[in-house]
Amino acid sequence: MAEQKTKKKIIPNKNPMPAQDPLERARNFNEVALGYDEETVVAEAQRCLQCKNEPCRQGCPVEVDIPAFIKLVAERDFDGAIKKIKEKNALPAVCGRVCPQENQCEKYCTLAKKYEAVGIGRIERFCADRELQKGVTLPEVAPPTGKKVAVVGSGPAGLTCASDLAKLGHDVTVYEALHVAGGVLMYGIPEFRLPKAVVQAEVENLKKLGVKIEVNSVVGKFTTVDELMENEGYDAIFIGTGAGLPYFMKIPGENACGVYSANEFLTRTNLMKAYQFPDWDTPIKIGKKVAVLGGGNVAMDGARTALRLGAEESWIVYRRSHEELPARKEEVEHAEEEGVKFAFLTSPVEILSNEEGWVTGMKCIKYELGEPDASGRRRPVPIEGSEYIMDVDTVVVAIGQGPNPLVPRTTKGLELTSRGNIVADPETGATSKPGVFAGGDVVTGAATVILAMGAGRTAAKSIHAYLTSK
Amino acid sequence: MKKNEGGEWRDVFKILEKQVFSPIIKLFVIDAPKVAKSCQAGQFIILRIHEEGERIPLTIADFDREKGTVTIVFQEVGKTTKQLGAMEAGDYIKDFVGPLGEPTHIENVGNVVCVGGGVGVAPVHPIARAFKEAGNHVIGIMGARNKELMFWEDHMRAACSELLVTTDDGSYVRKGFVTDVLKEVIESKGKENIPLVIAIGPQPMMRAVCNMTKEYGIKTIVSLNALMVDGTGMCGCCRVSVGNETKFVCVDGPDFDGHQVDWAELSRRQVYFKAEEQKALEHHECKCGCGGGK
Repeated sequence: MAEQKTKKKIIPNKNPMPAQDPLERARNFNEVALGYDEETVVAEAQRCLQCKNEPCRQGCPVEVDIPAFIKLVAERDFDGAIKKIKEKNALPAVCGRVCPQENQCEKYCTLAKKYEAVGIGRIERFCADRELQKGVTLPEVAPPTGKKVAVVGSGPAGLTCASDLAKLGHDVTVYEALHVAGGVLMYGIPEFRLPKAVVQAEVENLKKLGVKIEVNSVVGKFTTVDELMENEGYDAIFIGTGAGLPYFMKIPGENACGVYSANEFLTRTNLMKAYQFPDWDTPIKIGKKVAVLGGGNVAMDGARTALRLGAEESWIVYRRSHEELPARKEEVEHAEEEGVKFAFLTSPVEILSNEEGWVTGMKCIKYELGEPDASGRRRPVPIEGSEYIMDVDTVVVAIGQGPNPLVPRTTKGLELTSRGNIVADPETGATSKPGVFAGGDVVTGAATVILAMGAGRTAAKSIHAYLTSK
Repeated sequence: MKKNEGGEWRDVFKILEKQVFSPIIKLFVIDAPKVAKSCQAGQFIILRIHEEGERIPLTIADFDREKGTVTIVFQEVGKTTKQLGAMEAGDYIKDFVGPLGEPTHIENVGNVVCVGGGVGVAPVHPIARAFKEAGNHVIGIMGARNKELMFWEDHMRAACSELLVTTDDGSYVRKGFVTDVLKEVIESKGKENIPLVIAIGPQPMMRAVCNMTKEYGIKTIVSLNALMVDGTGMCGCCRVSVGNETKFVCVDGPDFDGHQVDWAELSRRQVYFKAEEQKALEHHECKCGCGGGK
């Protein structure tokens, strides 16, 4: 009996995340998940068992001290909690929203063995949003070291690397090709999942640390990595240019009008705010029935965006089954709730169009699952003679992205993989070129925001070591 | 130049000079040292005039590395180019990024014919100059619908070894299309003496030039002006079939072998947003309070 008294009472389920009504939100671009209030976040934090062995921490690519910040939240010390998070995470408001927590920290949560994991991401988001609202306290910045670092690309990898290096006292300039910083956080992830104001607030915090951000600057075009080192006096360079090169299916009809890469579809909508056309100048055109090819987070974003742009039907067309969908569970659930339809074990073989070149349908073939392949997933095998025409008028291709070649192609002595990714030591981010480091999707291929941030952090550590040993 | 915008220093792009060639064709000299430092003939820039603006590509017409300036010439067709045309020297363009695309491949081949149609005269100008500087005999052909739309005859005369001028309606120098003049040049010089033709202008013009040179077996390079968003290879909006391969105009071009281009596909993709462009224009005109649009 005495033992039971000291044992914490287990609350099996996560506090639900308040969200916009699915059918209402499927037609607007406002944020879907509304965030915990103060009472809920404290209750959720109190679910944490504060285990001695801290299993959750092994699941965090940026090594946030999760039990410590959750304890502070349980004690209502929100200022302390965000300070604790920011020791390791430069973009908590972003991570709290878009990290695949179920595959990371929450996967290892002791509670998750029998019950639902602690909502670590939701608690993190609360702390970050609260701080953004009441004004950010800047972390300490070390005295200037006199060393100059250029960061190429202002996505999650670049921003994290820049933030860490600035805190260590280095003079950091970030070069961004687009007219606004944030990379995929701005052009790719939709407003309804990650409000752009949140991203810009995080970018503003970086600027306050002394990081200079040069937008409209395409490295590989107006200058090269070599020129930055030789002529501009940079002591080290971090390349975090992401996976910005869209893959297409290479099937007939793919250049028809009404076929978008996911990048174009999302960039027009998110970065250029085509959903506010004609008040904003960039248009997007969408038909009644939209098919999104692929099963990852980008595909879910595309299908959900299509509904919000007014599609009557929005389909995910995926050649494996529900079980193999690579997207975050929450994104799939949200898509289902909003009315996105799924055509599993299906893949297009040709896009059909009319005389004016507009999409009129998509010839598909059915698949069945065979033996497991190298990835451990059962390999989809086409069923002969199963072709049929899917009635669609808009197609969004979301089957993945490769590394943008502009920087790799113009940097001398940079070792690349056969796919064009930069070869970098996973332990240090060091490339084959002295003083040049790389991380994020340009190294790994398209992955997650948090993995890119982890790579940015790793590279920052070794850049610091490189600069201070020189 | 850098300007302080709400506590943040960012590059701004001042219009240093404006020239009005016709009611719809205008020239700006822009203060853009980063672009001017490294741009080459055949490359383009993308600009955005204000926060809500779209990104539009324009080919570089000239540049001055010492002064740090880039010259653009544009024709007013849609909302953005009309708004741009209404701007004056001293105004600022919000975003101006470049140089983008691959430079034109310049080499000494002997004789080169550079054809510029309409506003295409502007981008063909630095290319003609570069070919001449590389030791070629450059025969320039420039054409416009009428005399009013003709500009930069003097620039082209300086850039080329010889220059031939034509108007569709005969209101200046002679009547005829650029293809008529090109045919005369090829016939008089002999097709074996013309190894290369560069053609820049409206798509129907470039297509017509290519149809003709294909018969003569003369290599022809065109500069494509596809629809774009980012201009750095990220979105794939500008894709075009060249020799049955999909290429991105923004990073693989804008120059392509005109005999390999799928012109029919390109022209279909060019009018993708025609209805939206019309809507944007009407929306814009309504806002002016001019009573236009609906």
